Amino acid sequence: MIDVLTDYTLRNVTLGAALLGVVGGVLGSFAVLRRQSLIGDALAHAALPGIVLAFLATGAKAALPLLLGAGVAGWLGSLAVIAILRVTRLKEDAALGVVLSGFFGFGIALLTFVQHSGRPNQAGLDAFLFGQAATIVASDVTTFAVLGGLALGIVALLYKEFKLLSFDSDFAASLGLPTGVLGALLTSLTVLAVMIGLQTVGVVLMAAMLVAPAAAARQWTDSLSKMLLLAGAFGGASGFFGAAISATRDGLPTGPLVILVATGIALASLLFAPLRGVVPSLRREKRARARVRSEVTS
Amino acid sequence: MSVDAIILGTAILVALATAPLGVFLVLRRLGLMADAISHAVLPGIVLAFWLTGGSYSTLPNLLGAAFVGLLTVTLVELLAKTGRVRGDTAIGLVFPALFSFGVLAVSLYYQNVHLDLDAVLYGEIAYTPFNDFIVGDRNVGPASLWILGALALVNFAFVGLLYKELKVSTFDASLAASLGFAPALLHYLLMALVSMTTVGAFEAVGAILVIAFLIVPAATAYLLTRRLSRMLLLTVLVGAVACVVGYAAAIFVDASISGAIATVLGLQFALAALLSPHGGVLTTLVRRRAGWQAKSRPEKRAGLH
Repeated sequence: MIDVLTDYTLRNVTLGAALLGVVGGVLGSFAVLRRQSLIGDALAHAALPGIVLAFLATGAKAALPLLLGAGVAGWLGSLAVIAILRVTRLKEDAALGVVLSGFFGFGIALLTFVQHSGRPNQAGLDAFLFGQAATIVASDVTTFAVLGGLALGIVALLYKEFKLLSFDSDFAASLGLPTGVLGALLTSLTVLAVMIGLQTVGVVLMAAMLVAPAAAARQWTDSLSKMLLLAGAFGGASGFFGAAISATRDGLPTGPLVILVATGIALASLLFAPLRGVVPSLRREKRARARVRSEVTS
Repeated sequence: MSVDAIILGTAILVALATAPLGVFLVLRRLGLMADAISHAVLPGIVLAFWLTGGSYSTLPNLLGAAFVGLLTVTLVELLAKTGRVRGDTAIGLVFPALFSFGVLAVSLYYQNVHLDLDAVLYGEIAYTPFNDFIVGDRNVGPASLWILGALALVNFAFVGLLYKELKVSTFDASLAASLGFAPALLHYLLMALVSMTTVGAFEAVGAILVIAFLIVPAATAYLLTRRLSRMLLLTVLVGAVACVVGYAAAIFVDASISGAIATVLGLQFALAALLSPHGGVLTTLVRRRAGWQAKSRPEKRAGLH
């Protein structure tokens, strides 16, 4: 565990994963509350063609252009989901499914086109599918911190508006808030979280980084501000410990371990959180039943 | 049979096998469950691989996938039933965890065997002609055609035999229950078939692109018609057209065939959303304009403007 703080690679990996966890937890809380838990899954898949196009445009695997490509493609994907929901009779599940598979298929076609073209320097582009945390260097961590700081800063600035939007968007609209713009903004911020996550956990597992910490935090509190803080903490802890565990042995991939730690926290919270956990509420129920019984019989 | 015919035939059989399931997935709003199952197939394959001691045959794979597919559905429903998380959140918790177990198992124990993660994810339909099906010691042709043909038959038989039951339970679950149709059983049957079809198709198009075939043609057909029987027919048609166009495009630019087909499927959906006679964006615009003109004409004639 001490290595985590001293070893250069390890420090970057754990810092990157922890940053992803914090940002994913906070933005995922809004996604979960707005019943869009799987928007992150669709956005992450939709980002793939952007990564490959950015590589084609710049001819290099520099992190920043690839992340920007991913961000633009993911953002377009989110607009496509919103457009499908607005102009067709299809529901969220089909809208997300269509965007996810259409964009991802296009991304795979582009990726294989690049791979077959024999372009130099293309190997390893597919690392984004599962993430490749070991390749995170100090400058990446700085980029993540800037992106994450931007996302969290906007959440802090517009906290009240986002809160209204998440709990009662009709009321928010009646107050004159631009709910459409705010919703799109919140989704765009989720794109920032996805950009951080691509290199760490990859396209396929990104969904859980938004869902698991938020679902865990929801069980401990009924207050949004506390939920955001807890989700950020749970996400950060998942990133940190997942990355640290993966460093203990060769061949342990970071992404899946981060996800499994996050899922473990979520399951433990669902079962044992004092406020909404299954076990405490069963126990409360039992106690109440016993009290009623004793009152009836006495 | 030529290589082209086998590849195209495999792709069209994937479209055929997924069509009857996709229609009901879209109508029952289970698109994300299909997404979850298509990811969860990976640990199913790993499990089958482990149980059979490292052989790589089709039947254990299909059974392993059906098992993990049903496990996914059961876990999601169990989580949602606690009332602590909603259905979509439950899906987002379950499938990444199962997929993580799969990736972890592959990288710990099967690093050097044929369980190539890329192949599981986006398949390589171009290899299907070289994987023949051997019965006894007779070579009866490409295995992919047999497997997917069988799956297509099973799925069409399922929908054909239980058409009425599926229809009623999709549009009115409580009526179906009161008629004694056991909607829960139908649901699990559908999910088991989705899991098995996903695995059957994964060698050809990859586990993740299966979801393109499961969702997009049915969603496109849904925009084009309001009748279930026609939707089924259109779903098959949309899928088959995408196979032909996508295959040609993939050969032309030298890219992944399944990726190209999924891209064409996406474009077809966009076209349908724009041009569908039932509420397509452009159709509605044109109609609205025609309506305004029709309305303004009598006024013009009366010289009221």
